[in-house]
Amino acid sequence: MHTTLTITLGLAAAAATPLTCAEPSDQQTLGVLQRDFHARGQATMDRVVQDGLQRICTLSGDQPPAEVAKALEADQMRTIVFPSGSLMGEWKRGEAIAQSGRGSMWNDQTGAAAGGSCYNCHQLSPQEQSHGTLAPSLLGFGNKRGNGPQVQQYVYGKIYNAKAYNLCSQMPRLGHAGTLTEQQIKDLVALLLDPASPVNK
Amino acid sequence: MFRSRTSALAPALALALAALSVQGQDTKKEIEKYQKMIADSSPVELYELQGEALWKKKQGPKGASLEACDLGRGPGVVKGAYARLPRYFPDTDRVMDLEARLLHCMTSLQGRTREEATKRVFGDDDNPSEMEYLSAYVAGESRGVAVSPGTRHPKEKASYELGRTLFFYRAGAWDFSCASCHGEEGKRIRMQELPVLSTPAGARAVVATWPAYRVSNSQFKTMQWRINDCYRQMRMPEPNFVSDATIAVNMFLVATGKGEPYRGPGTKR
Ligand code: HEC
Ligand code: HEC
Repeated sequence: MHTTLTITLGLAAAAATPLTCAEPSDQQTLGVLQRDFHARGQATMDRVVQDGLQRICTLSGDQPPAEVAKALEADQMRTIVFPSGSLMGEWKRGEAIAQSGRGSMWNDQTGAAAGGSCYNCHQLSPQEQSHGTLAPSLLGFGNKRGNGPQVQQYVYGKIYNAKAYNLCSQMPRLGHAGTLTEQQIKDLVALLLDPASPVNK
Repeated sequence: MFRSRTSALAPALALALAALSVQGQDTKKEIEKYQKMIADSSPVELYELQGEALWKKKQGPKGASLEACDLGRGPGVVKGAYARLPRYFPDTDRVMDLEARLLHCMTSLQGRTREEATKRVFGDDDNPSEMEYLSAYVAGESRGVAVSPGTRHPKEKASYELGRTLFFYRAGAWDFSCASCHGEEGKRIRMQELPVLSTPAGARAVVATWPAYRVSNSQFKTMQWRINDCYRQMRMPEPNFVSDATIAVNMFLVATGKGEPYRGPGTKR
C-alpha cells in the first residue's frame, strides 16, 4: 500500500509538467466523472474512481518503469485466491464461457452467469472463426505449453488477475473483478489445457 | 411516404442481415454489397427527410418549430453547421455538440421541459428517437464541408484536453480506457474492426461519417449513442446525455479528425 502511494505521487508529479495550460488535474477529471455519470444496474459509481494500478497505467501511458511494474505486479499476485486441488474443470463449459461476452455491464442482470469475452480478443478453437485480434492467439495453447500443475496455476492466475503477470495488460482481471467464479475459471483452464479441448485438437 | 419506403426496403435488409450473420469473415464484402444495393434508395436519406419534417414541425408549449434554432452559424442556418461542431456557444456559456444544441433549442424555442425532451434520446428497433432523425437532417446539410470544430475559445481548448484525458483514462470493472480498444492499428473485437481514434489517420474517416445508419440493427445512431454504448462495453457507469464529459470525448475525436470533408451520415456494419 505504502509503495503504491509513493510511486503514484512520483508519477503524478512527472505527469504534471504542463503540456498545455488547459489540461485538467486528476481532481478535476474525477469531479467531472462523478458529476457526469450515473450508476445504472450493477455499474455503480465507484467504478469511475481509479484504483492504484489503473492510475499508474494511465499516468505512464501503460509503460510503467520496470521496478514499479514489478512491485505492483507482486501486489496483484497477492489478490489471487488459488483453490487447492486440481485446477482443471470441464472444457465444454469453458468453451461456452469463452464465447459469452456478457458480464459486468449495466444491462447485464446482476447475479446472472457472466462470460469471459475470451473470443472477443483471442483466437481459441479453430472452429470459431469469428474471433478478435486484440490479443495473441491461444490456438494449441496446451500443446505448446503442456498442462502440468505449474501451467494450470499460471493460466488460472492469468485469468483471475492478468495484471499480476503484466501490470498494464489490456486483459481484464476477470476473477478479481468478480466477473467469473472459481468454477468458471477452472473450466477455462481446461479449455486451454485439456488435450481433448478443441483448442488443442 | 416514409413508412412505405421503409417497409419496401425491409425484405432487402433482412436478406442482407441474414447474409451478414452467416459468416463473420464475409462481413466486409456483404457490407459493400449492401451499400451498393441501397445506393438508390438509401435509408439515410429517409432519416434526413423525416428529420427535416421534424425540424419544421411546430411542437411544445410554444407551438414553435426548430427553424429559428442557432446551431452556431446564426438562427435558422443549417447548411454547414454540423461540420463546425462541437463549439462554444456564448448564450449558454458552454461547449456543445449537435445533440446538446438540439436539446437547447427544444427547451428554449419550443418551451419543452428537459425531462420531456430527453425521454427517448436513443431509439430502438420499433421506434427511432427524434434526436436521431434531427441529427440525420442537420448532419446531411454539411456534406462536403470540412470538419472544423471550435478550437480557439478557452472552453473549447479545455473541452479538448478533458476529452483527451478521458480517452486514455483507465477505469471500471475491466480496467478499460477508450484506447484499450481504439489504440492500436489493425485490431478487432470479434469481427468488428477497431479504428484508432487518437490519430488523425484513424479519426478522420470516423468523424466524417457519424451520425450513421447501422446495418446490423437497422437503426440510425448518433455520436452520443456511440459514446454511450462504448462506455457500456467498458463496464463503466452510464454517462449523462450531452454531459460535458461526453461532449469533451466527442470534441477530442472531432478535433483529431478535423480537416476531412464531411460525407455522412454514413452506413456502418
Ligand atoms: C479485452 C481483451 C482481452 C480479453 C477479454 C481476454 N484477454 Fe487474454 N489477453 C489479452 C492480451 C492483450 C494478452 C497479452 C498481454 C498479456 O499477456 O497480458 C492476453 C493474454 C492472455 C494469456 C497469456 C498468454 C501467454 O502466452 O502466456 C492467457 C492464457 C489469456 N490471455 C487467456 C484469456 C482467457 C481464457 C480469456 C477469457 C476468460 C481472456 N484471456 C480474455 C487480452 C484479453
Ligand atoms: C471493449 C472495447 C471498446 C472500448 C473500451 C471502446 N470501444 Fe468504441 N468501439 C468498440 C467496437 C467493438 C466498435 C465497433 C462496433 C460496431 O462495429 O458496431 C466501436 C466503435 C466505436 C466508434 C465508431 C467507429 C467507426 O468506425 O465509425 C467510435 C467513435 C468509438 N467506438 C468511440 C469510443 C470511445 C470514445 C470510447 C471510450 C469512451 C470507446 N470507443 C471505447 C469497442 C470499444
